[in-house]
Amino acid sequence: MMSTTMGHEPNGTPGWPKTAKEWLFTLDHKVIGVWYLIASLAAFAVAGMAATLMRIELGSVGPDITSDGNIYNLWLTMHGAVMILGFQIPALLGFVANYAVPIMIGAKDMAFPRVNALSIWMLWSGILTALANLIIPDHFNGMWTGYPPYSLTDLAGNTALYTTVVVTIGMSSVLGAVNLASTVAFMRCKGMGWFQMPITVWAVFTANIMQLIFVPVLAASVLLLSLDKYLGFGFFNPEVGGDVLLYQNLFWFYSHPAVYVILLPFMGIIFEIFSTSAKNMVFSYKTTVYAFLAFIPASGDVWVHHAFIAGLPDWLRVLQSFTTLLISLPFGLLMLSLVATMYKGSIQYTGPMLWAMGGWMMLVFGGLTGIPNALSSVDYGISDSYVIMSHFHYVMAVSGSMAIFAGVFWWFPKLTGRRCKESWTKLSAIGFFVGMNVVMGPLYIAGIAGMPRRYMDYQQFADNTTIVNMQYISTIGLYITFASVLLMLFTWIHGMLKGEKSTQNPWGSQSLEWTSTALIAGQGNFPSPVSVAKDWHPYNYIDNPKPAFSSS
Amino acid sequence: MRNKSLLLKAWGLLVALPLLPSLVFAFQSTTARRASYGGLTPQAHWEELWTEVMWDITIIGGVYILVALVFFFAFKAKSKDGVGASPKLSLQAVIGWVMIPSMLFLGDDLFLYVKAYELHTQMREVPANAQEIKVTASMWNWNYDYGDGVDADNELRVPVGKPVVLRMISEDVIHSHYLDKYHVSEDVMPGRITWEWFMPDKIGKTVITCREYCGPNHSKMFGKLIVLSQKDYDAWMAEELAAVMDKNTSSQQVASITTGAPLSIKAVQ
Repeated sequence: MMSTTMGHEPNGTPGWPKTAKEWLFTLDHKVIGVWYLIASLAAFAVAGMAATLMRIELGSVGPDITSDGNIYNLWLTMHGAVMILGFQIPALLGFVANYAVPIMIGAKDMAFPRVNALSIWMLWSGILTALANLIIPDHFNGMWTGYPPYSLTDLAGNTALYTTVVVTIGMSSVLGAVNLASTVAFMRCKGMGWFQMPITVWAVFTANIMQLIFVPVLAASVLLLSLDKYLGFGFFNPEVGGDVLLYQNLFWFYSHPAVYVILLPFMGIIFEIFSTSAKNMVFSYKTTVYAFLAFIPASGDVWVHHAFIAGLPDWLRVLQSFTTLLISLPFGLLMLSLVATMYKGSIQYTGPMLWAMGGWMMLVFGGLTGIPNALSSVDYGISDSYVIMSHFHYVMAVSGSMAIFAGVFWWFPKLTGRRCKESWTKLSAIGFFVGMNVVMGPLYIAGIAGMPRRYMDYQQFADNTTIVNMQYISTIGLYITFASVLLMLFTWIHGMLKGEKSTQNPWGSQSLEWTSTALIAGQGNFPSPVSVAKDWHPYNYIDNPKPAFSSS
Repeated sequence: MRNKSLLLKAWGLLVALPLLPSLVFAFQSTTARRASYGGLTPQAHWEELWTEVMWDITIIGGVYILVALVFFFAFKAKSKDGVGASPKLSLQAVIGWVMIPSMLFLGDDLFLYVKAYELHTQMREVPANAQEIKVTASMWNWNYDYGDGVDADNELRVPVGKPVVLRMISEDVIHSHYLDKYHVSEDVMPGRITWEWFMPDKIGKTVITCREYCGPNHSKMFGKLIVLSQKDYDAWMAEELAAVMDKNTSSQQVASITTGAPLSIKAVQ
């Protein structure tokens, strides 16, 4: 009967479990959240190393550290696949969703603790399988997108591994999404209405609804790849009546919404930190929530903008060019709401606030550089170039990473009971922001000058001084970023071991995880069930009624 | 009651205002400019629009960041336990808050969309006098077939001032045929014929390179677009045709000796 009670029945004792057995067989959402965090940070380290190697290779024309296209493409594939599937999605829909959301809504655990444990261990097996790609001889190098017919050739390596990783992580995501959506819908504490939930909860909830709608399409499409390659089905093989474009349509039907699956939760974190740091209500809270929800229908009809030059009919290109532009409405509202939340605020510039501001600033650049890409005719000149690559690093990769790290620094006191050194936190945030801008800004210019994506070398552009110089500057930015990441890791380790002991509510939040549980919440989070009044709100800093506890 | 509905109507008018410039422009664009695209080549037209979009996003971004920075400085905490005093919004204020920015964004979207649509029409309507060249992509080679047995690998020669349409197919995986400086790229794949056209307007050499990931030598799959004067092009073509004729004559003669088949009409030409 051990596993039925392990970790999630309230027992009133704060603190983390003490034994390895309890950590491994846990059903406690917080411990599972930490497992998600460890997995995603490990994935970030591996994918970050891949990025480092590529950037060094691209620093100058000609081979720098490798001349083997297969090796370079392995780095490229690992960087994309692991950053998205291993780092960002698990950090946001794993760590934030599991660790923070249940406490934020006053629940004792997730709705299905056992399913939750299944999700995390499926994710780990998916990530470990993905890492195996680094050591197997016929490693998969078909990029994170896995386009056929290339992924169906022997050159692409082990396509079955790609299918396995995507399907495993996808199943883990779907289970996690069902769990999270049920938790938010049915396990909010007594008195907490839908419009009294923290924005982070709304963001994660919206993202998970999108996962439920779109992930199955992705899983099916990558499964078809393996059926094609190993069993000769021919879905994507023109010689037997298949169509290579079918895959791209299916793949992007999921993978564009996937951008918002990442974007919305990390914007949720930015909202949380902005609002709390400014001690100000999220500006026009309700419309902000509706703007989040608007992404669900809006994201389902834009996938063709990933295939503007892929031979699809012209009417479809111009149609989805327009639907893509419409994304600017909810996105613009969210961005305006973020800034308006500062209005008449009382802003404290803490370490996590600086990280969140970095993420916000990257998001401004990323959002704006999305506009030219949405115009189909403009896209003909920049498709598959560094313009696109730089844009999505701004809008999702770097901004997302900065917001995720902001979240880690934000909940760090709750995870460890200690504080990170503020000055180091701020320095690493500034370093990361400056470094990534030096990496990605010049590459945008190189992209305008014609530099294509996914190139291990660019000897055809050796006379193009813009491209050559921008590549060089970009590599300098890498070193700045790399040093800041090391500083960040050091700050975490130092904070965990030697950091100053944290107070109960260091950021002055009104959200339940800070006001109504122990700093390191124990099993069941709330020793006795918590309830909030009708006029309680997580962002009301002026006259918020205190949450109450009933004697279970 | 009556006052309230009047007020809402007034709001409706106000929020529709930003849409007007876009609609006016759309109307103008479909009538006056469309026939000639302002006399621009597709690449010059593309560059014009690109510059305009860059200005557009710079201005939006600039204003937004400026306001944000003012807020970040002005509302810095004065004491450790200060709290914010954000205003409570009335219903009208909320409607305005949502509708005014939305209509501004929509107005800008429409404005850019109409311009991009015009460019799209130009880039996707092949002029009647275009020369057609067949492109076959394979790992990792571009083959250009001019007809009459003339073909070349990784070098595309065209005469200046005459539009060219490329009809493209791939023998293996997906590639993408990108013409640097002409701002045009289209995927090349097995099982479907795709096309792109361009207007070579300057004599000289530019880069052609693959833009869809196609394996370990993806970055080495490049060639040259060589734009020649009509005279040089004709001379080159004559030379190629002569070489083809030589080759055909000799190979066909051998064939006719062994199989007794008559010379083909093409070889005789």
